[in-house]
Amino acid sequence: MKKSLISIRDFTKDEILHVLEVAREFEQNRVQKILEGKVIACIFFEPSTRTRLSFETAVNRLGAKVIGFSDATNTSVSKGETLKDTIKMVSNYVDMIIMRHPLEGSSRYASEVASVPVVNAGDGANQHPSQTLLDLYSIKQTQGRLEDLTINMVGDLKYGRTTHSLLQAMSFFNPRFIFTAPEELKMPVEYKKFLDEKHIGYSETNSLEEHLDDCDILYMTRVQQERFTDPMEYEKVKDVYRLEASMLGNVKQNMKILHPLPRVNEIDQDVDETPYAYYFKQAENGLYVRMAIIAYLLGYR
Amino acid sequence: MIDNLGYRQSIINESLYNNHIMTHTDKELVVSALENGTVLDHIPSENIFKVLEILNLMDEKNRITIGINLNSKLFGKKGIIKIADRFFQDEELNKLALVAPKATVNIIRDFRVVEKRKLVMPHEIEGIAKCMNPKCITNHQPVKTRFTTMENDNEISLLCHYCEKITDIKGLY
Ligand SMILES: [Zn+2]
Repeated sequence: MKKSLISIRDFTKDEILHVLEVAREFEQNRVQKILEGKVIACIFFEPSTRTRLSFETAVNRLGAKVIGFSDATNTSVSKGETLKDTIKMVSNYVDMIIMRHPLEGSSRYASEVASVPVVNAGDGANQHPSQTLLDLYSIKQTQGRLEDLTINMVGDLKYGRTTHSLLQAMSFFNPRFIFTAPEELKMPVEYKKFLDEKHIGYSETNSLEEHLDDCDILYMTRVQQERFTDPMEYEKVKDVYRLEASMLGNVKQNMKILHPLPRVNEIDQDVDETPYAYYFKQAENGLYVRMAIIAYLLGYR
Repeated sequence: MIDNLGYRQSIINESLYNNHIMTHTDKELVVSALENGTVLDHIPSENIFKVLEILNLMDEKNRITIGINLNSKLFGKKGIIKIADRFFQDEELNKLALVAPKATVNIIRDFRVVEKRKLVMPHEIEGIAKCMNPKCITNHQPVKTRFTTMENDNEISLLCHYCEKITDIKGLY
């Protein structure tokens, strides 16, 4: 039975923990050519250099070969080929498809059409499960556990898919949430309902200063222009929060700052030098987690 | 009312049910009574054609009688569809729950209502509603829509299997 990873909800709690454990193994030993002879397609219908490089490095470090394209402009897709036909064609050649596509639900559909496992590397504003797993990995590595932590999510909590997926995944581990966002970008009701049903506590604020000192993880996000339909709304909120080193005087010793990157103005450069900055290491962790996802879905771990 | 046979009152009187829906029509020129078939009652008038579509009745060869904007004590205005010599599986009929949640199904045999059925909201719905998310794959490629129905405080909403967004059922009426 082929298994795909489209949404973080496709993984059980045990599967999440398993993948994180495998990632740790890959971090200790980065070169394990267990997929020698395999070919994996990285097909990116919209450009995302960061994610693509991370996935392609993961494939290479596992010893498999990569084929694919990094944006759809010069492919048969631009000539009007349907997603179904592209996926059917590609899945005849390869052992796995890693795909990114601007339309939401495209990866789920591809996984139903493909004869090989599909990994969703982002479908519009919907899901990006490898990001969620690397966030969990980073939390576990810095805190030594996933249970009973206080996570302060900051920034665009309305359109920011990373916060939504992280919230869903963390719900297995008895967390407490703080949602720091301006009125226009508050956490949507459906996610708060989800937490209510699971009896998970949360509080909301629009002040960045209010909960800096009582959280274990400060999860900062960028306000992404492309998610806004109204340019005026974007202008109003784009620079709403800016974290500086001087604000970190009384934070918990174990507190770590995460950010899915790239950042714009929401974290000052002077934060990089503090012991709380973890976002560059977090990005590096993406490599080990993606190696683990690929190895697990292909049945090698 | 669309009438394509013009049965006489004497025949209609044989069916209590048909008599009931006849109250405000001409005594002589009448709606066709069904000898055998299915009557779908209490359909919102504006969704009559959606119902025909969902049941694949657009190319049906059997006699179909449609009523729109009939007076109803319960609903104000309603629509009704009578299909001669056709009987449906529950799964087929339950698809209508989305566009006609209060519909009643009457099975007619030998001019009599032999069975009345209510619709049950199915857990999954395929190929009927449209996803309200403009960025959903189903709105750009030839992909059949698929939803899970969710009931919250008597309100039905649809969770898209693909984009994972919620479509409000009110948008469907
Ligand atoms: Zn959708």
